[in-house]
Amino acid sequence: MARLAVIATVAGAFSGLFGVGGGAVIVPLLILWMGYEEREATGTSLTAIPVIAAIGVAVQGIHGNVHVLDGLAIGIPAIGGVLAGTALQQRISVRVVAGAFAVLLVASAAVLVF
Amino acid sequence: MDFVLIVVIGFAAGVTSGMLGVGGGIVFVPGLVFVLGLSQLSAQSTSLLAIVPVAIVGAWRQRKYGNVRLRAGLVLAALSPIGVVGGAELANVLPTRALELSFAAVQIVFAFGLARRAV
Repeated sequence: MARLAVIATVAGAFSGLFGVGGGAVIVPLLILWMGYEEREATGTSLTAIPVIAAIGVAVQGIHGNVHVLDGLAIGIPAIGGVLAGTALQQRISVRVVAGAFAVLLVASAAVLVF
Repeated sequence: MDFVLIVVIGFAAGVTSGMLGVGGGIVFVPGLVFVLGLSQLSAQSTSLLAIVPVAIVGAWRQRKYGNVRLRAGLVLAALSPIGVVGGAELANVLPTRALELSFAAVQIVFAFGLARRAV
């Protein structure tokens, strides 16, 4: 419970600071710090992300920064993508999931630095 | 042409989300900036809007597959607002560059940890 509270706080801060969902913080911490299996970590992360993202949308929506039509244009195809991505994840080794996540983290770090 | 590109980028963001349990912002944001011409702030904000339904659908599928620890997920969701508020406060106190470099360093450490599980 204490560890979950720490993860929630760090993920929220990451989301608030950089305008992302927080999954890049939640998934590695659930795996490396709490011993979750990769698929469980990603599934549990996806459960928390909608709430974190919705807070950001509410805050930024007040400031007029949310472009609804553009969000729909890119978000609707993404729903197809997430159905494919979750299905695909069930068919690959958790080691591939861990490796792909490591690549994502390096890309994310590069975006932050450059 | 831009429409096809945005559909492809959106789909790729969704695949990333489903496979890796993230919102997909790392793919959404550049798509919104470079294809639809949004500013960085508007792209991040709009990306968060797209993330909400995508993550809900992803969580629903993962629940069906038996990969969700529901109680932990709900605790994370319930406590995350503390972090969002704290992060905003932190941004007022610390320079943005320091925060970017700190989080980047943490992500590299995480990347090493996960890469070790992959090999």
